[in-house]
Amino acid sequence: MTKSNHDAPSGEERSLSGDDAPQRGPSRRSILQMAGGAASLAAAPAAIAQPAPSGGPATAPTARVRLVVNGSEREFEVDPRQSVLDVLRETLDLTGTKKGCNQGACGACTVIINGRRVTSCLTLAVMHDGAEITTIEGLARGDELHPLQAAFIEHDGFQCGFCTPGQIMSGVACIAEGHATSPDEIQFWMSGNICRCAAYPGIVAAVADAAGRT
Amino acid sequence: MTITSIGKPVTRVDGRAKVTGAARYAADFNQRAQLHAVIVSATAGLGRVTALDDAAVRAMPGVVEVISHLNAPRLAYGPHKSFIDPEVGERLHVLQDNRVRFYGQPVAVVVADTLDHAERAANALRVSYSAERPVIDPRDPKAQTIEPSGSRGHSHAARGDADRALADAPVKVDVTYDMARENHNPMEPHAVVAAWEGDRLTLWSKSQFVVNEQAEIAAIFGLPAQNVQVICPFIGGAFGTSLRTWPHVTLAAMAARQVGRPVKLVLNRRQMFFTTGHRPRTLQRVAIGATRDGRIMGIVHEGNGETSRYEEFTEALLSATSYMYSCPNVRTSYRLTPLDTGTPNHMRGPGESSGMFALESALDELSYELGVDPIELRRRNEPTMDEGENKPFSSRSLVQCYERGAERFGWSRRSPTPRSMRDGRLLVGMGVASATYPVWYLPTSARVRLHADGTAAVEVAASDMGPGTYTSMTQVAAETLGIPVEQVRVSIGRSDFPPAPPHGGSMTMASVGSAVCAACLAARDEVARRAIADQRSPVFGAALEGVEWIGGSVRRLGDASAGQSYRDILAGSGQPIEAHASNYRDPEAARRYSMHSFGAVFAEVAIDPDVGTIRVRRALGAYGAGRIVNPLLASSQCTGGMIGGIGMALMEQTALDARDGRPVNAHMADYLMPVNLDIGQLEALFVDENDPHVNTLGVKGLGEIALVGMAPAIANAIYHATGKRVRHLPIRIEDLLTA
Amino acid sequence: MLPFSFEKVRTEQDAIRAAAAGARYIAGGTTLIDLMRDEVERPERLVDINALPMADIRADGADLVIGALARMSDVAAHPETKRLQPLIAESLIEGASPQLRNMASMGGNLLQRVRCPYFRMLDAACNKRAPGSGCSAIDGLNAGHAILGTSDHCVATHPSDVAVALVALGATMRVRGPSGERTFPVEELFRLPGDTPHLEHTLRPGELIVEIRVPGGPYARQARYLKVRDRASYEFALVSAAVALEMEGNTIRQARVAVGGVGTRPWRLRAVEEALRGKAKDRNAFETAAHLALEGTRPLSHNHYKVELLPRTIVRALEMAGDTA
Repeated sequence: MTKSNHDAPSGEERSLSGDDAPQRGPSRRSILQMAGGAASLAAAPAAIAQPAPSGGPATAPTARVRLVVNGSEREFEVDPRQSVLDVLRETLDLTGTKKGCNQGACGACTVIINGRRVTSCLTLAVMHDGAEITTIEGLARGDELHPLQAAFIEHDGFQCGFCTPGQIMSGVACIAEGHATSPDEIQFWMSGNICRCAAYPGIVAAVADAAGRT
Repeated sequence: MTITSIGKPVTRVDGRAKVTGAARYAADFNQRAQLHAVIVSATAGLGRVTALDDAAVRAMPGVVEVISHLNAPRLAYGPHKSFIDPEVGERLHVLQDNRVRFYGQPVAVVVADTLDHAERAANALRVSYSAERPVIDPRDPKAQTIEPSGSRGHSHAARGDADRALADAPVKVDVTYDMARENHNPMEPHAVVAAWEGDRLTLWSKSQFVVNEQAEIAAIFGLPAQNVQVICPFIGGAFGTSLRTWPHVTLAAMAARQVGRPVKLVLNRRQMFFTTGHRPRTLQRVAIGATRDGRIMGIVHEGNGETSRYEEFTEALLSATSYMYSCPNVRTSYRLTPLDTGTPNHMRGPGESSGMFALESALDELSYELGVDPIELRRRNEPTMDEGENKPFSSRSLVQCYERGAERFGWSRRSPTPRSMRDGRLLVGMGVASATYPVWYLPTSARVRLHADGTAAVEVAASDMGPGTYTSMTQVAAETLGIPVEQVRVSIGRSDFPPAPPHGGSMTMASVGSAVCAACLAARDEVARRAIADQRSPVFGAALEGVEWIGGSVRRLGDASAGQSYRDILAGSGQPIEAHASNYRDPEAARRYSMHSFGAVFAEVAIDPDVGTIRVRRALGAYGAGRIVNPLLASSQCTGGMIGGIGMALMEQTALDARDGRPVNAHMADYLMPVNLDIGQLEALFVDENDPHVNTLGVKGLGEIALVGMAPAIANAIYHATGKRVRHLPIRIEDLLTA
Repeated sequence: MLPFSFEKVRTEQDAIRAAAAGARYIAGGTTLIDLMRDEVERPERLVDINALPMADIRADGADLVIGALARMSDVAAHPETKRLQPLIAESLIEGASPQLRNMASMGGNLLQRVRCPYFRMLDAACNKRAPGSGCSAIDGLNAGHAILGTSDHCVATHPSDVAVALVALGATMRVRGPSGERTFPVEELFRLPGDTPHLEHTLRPGELIVEIRVPGGPYARQARYLKVRDRASYEFALVSAAVALEMEGNTIRQARVAVGGVGTRPWRLRAVEEALRGKAKDRNAFETAAHLALEGTRPLSHNHYKVELLPRTIVRALEMAGDTA
């Protein structure tokens, strides 16, 4: 049986995509709206393939980045491809922040950058030179938990605990934004953090409680 | 002083670690000189790899190794099967040949110095296939249905003549249901860090069954089991997906050995839909015949589950049908349809949640045929014993669950006629369904060490994917030893600890809890022996039966004046006490009794008749599940399971493209699961149950039953709201536009 | 992700110069980085424009003026947005998640790529990603795809919520590029796929979106956005509708209607608007008008339901805006 036309390409098809360097010329990269993928494969109509192995600089360029993470200043080299999440976890070994989907679709990687909650998987470390980042490791003051951390324990706002750092960082921001004045409002503004164990009732109670205390 | 810990709403003992980011999950165990491995997944749905050109990739920045079937070491793949592996068939032998059995199967693994380099190289690897069109739909004319060939007894049950009874019944329903394939989608992706020292392997790996992972990897690599250590202190949710040991663990170990350095391998979210199991799609027929006054005379329940071509995955799809209701004539028949897919596996409430969706939906349909309230219909058919096994239930509180649940939920406010309740422009419906799950109980061992400072350390190779194993075992130990929970430290998740069964099937509390209890009792005896032998002790010279243990002290029976705390006893010798024990179930009890949890689940939905949006405004689960060790955690676990049921009812479906079997929505934004805003008022309540037969603790387990029953309750509520019966899951807006 | 070089610019001139020389702009990055990770997007150079002073949100008379770098969350929360154009605020907070709204810029939101799953998978044919390779969705799983504006080459849906509102309100956008500045309706930013689905927008090489202007109008205050989806939040629309009404007593003087989730671009429904003009605000009038939305719809194998859902969504949104819901 033959493959349907959207099946994985054969090697022959794939070779048509060849070295994609010629298609990676600057002229077609010049505008924000233009599809990188579309443009780069434009000259290879039969190719629906994975990119060729070459293309781009032989070694990745690095950049020097300074971040203030949980109050302490860190300066280091990054590959520009590295997300804030990967830098936290792999470069700085701050593994409290979790990688749930790496697609911006679950919220587990939520941290606070310059006062705003963001999904750290979808932003590059090089974009944040000089930024202040707060992660779950930076919330407690010594042995004293942040009120929301304490409230999560008290209201059992988690089960497996994997989404919890993201939930708590999101909750801290939710309260600071003024979006924690009612359970309904909390539910709306905490919906960017999926909890597969579904400890949602406890999460809402914890955020409401901590909002009342702060 | 008697310290009571069991039954108290103790907050999680690991809470602090989890809210500060200190709890370490598999991918958090970064090792020195660690490399990163990324799997290359097949882009054909069936066929063979015809060419794989790794030369160019090897030249890419940071790439250390590329392993495919062309150069992978031939692994021993010694025989190994455990309780959670399919009984029939053989596990996937990864990178051992060029066959592609399903879309997304690993065809290579790339190792590089950084994650970015490894991901780039994996994307760049050119693989060619000779591909065929796979069969991935059980309704495909080319799909063949088989009888399961194993002995686990999921296939048939029969009593009386069900088909005859149906033919004769004055009132009947005979309908079919189609439930979607689902993926577990825990928040934590599968992850493993593998490090070799000589021929000894350490795996920091996401596993619900560390001792089995140890045995499986040892068998695959031809090593003695003690050479493999599996460490998994925390699991970021699993719901069954980490019960088995999947190919990525083998690949990480293989890669680490090839490169001679520790390797971290984490599946990406899309890969989570390929090789780590899924709840199988099921097709079911349920026919129920009844007398006009609502006595069930016959039930036929036929079920068909998908499996892979290389293993027969079976689940207890139809088991509950034989014992749920009183009925003289029952026939169940279970079939499998092997497809070109990875092997399914257990997902929260496996079997029962799918089978009960069909049975409880059909019963609801029957209630309308009869014009009888759905709770009343169940009451009229409440059995006095397990009629399938022909033995009494160790305990069964289904009727009490319905009574207490109905009162609390306000069932009496329900108007019986479909489409008769409104709230403004919204259609409102209320539905119920029963829930059930067996009480699993498997051999477990535990070790406890009592220290002279009064603390106790418990060790067992159990796991905690969220229910609170750390906390509940702390409570059991504290209660048994008569000391405060603060003095107990529980360690789990290491394969060199005393062995525990899989962390699934709702058996951890019963099995591990009983073992921890037994170990603590054994430790108490050791303490008593030591005191009895100690001339300075007030109990010196007493018989072991002549002393009792009260609040952490040993004293002569009934003599409140002369006790000695175990702290003092231990301080005397300076030696800690270590005791090791296994759980025990009276085999006679298991022979004599049918052991199950039961529950009644109520749901209220509000549906916008114009645009079809469905919201579960309220739900309540009433459960008879034995003793509740920690009501705070139990309630959270149950509402979590109910929300899982909302997902099953209204959102979850892994959609496969028939042309090559690829899951098209393998993305967290496209595979829908409930978010915070989806959740209405939820409540779990527990009916008091004192069941001395199930185990020493009297616990039945909660994890699975919490999900069972929710989806049919919602589907039944949707019918009540709209008058439209939807016989497939998930039920979406598009299903209600013609309602 | 393919390697790229990265630079941060401080001035618009530097940005445009870099882009004219082949760099891609990056602002929030929520679409671009996601697609770069899947290697659907493969820029060689990124120019970070976040330092440019283009994040202002202000009133200009009755108009609302939004800088292209203003974040979705800031635009939604801004008092002038709420005062002048509540429809913009409503459509914004129905999109994405709080975290993503904190990151995503308005300009980037308009330029976000389609949500077609086959577009994201390199091993699937996709004319948008690889022109001439075919469209996997037409014969594939297409429940989420478009019924309006499709071609035999592409059926993907434009995912933006706020773009629907902007199109309904007749917003314009100002762009600057190597050859100067121009202003045009937001609606004209989006191309139909036709036989060139890889060309999504009408921006010229190097052009940078500077600001978006939402004209004030008598209908701005009576405007609602309704997003219908299976999950209550954090999901793209099955169907959405942005409607605005100018009333005179019980009579509709003027209506603005645009829909999302159904079109290959944000879809303004002028025929529906026309049919509403002069009508009394009642359900019959709404239904009659809403059915005109179905003109030219081409449902696919799995999205017939959208034909049913589209007019219903419009009717409900009209009722909400008309306060009759």
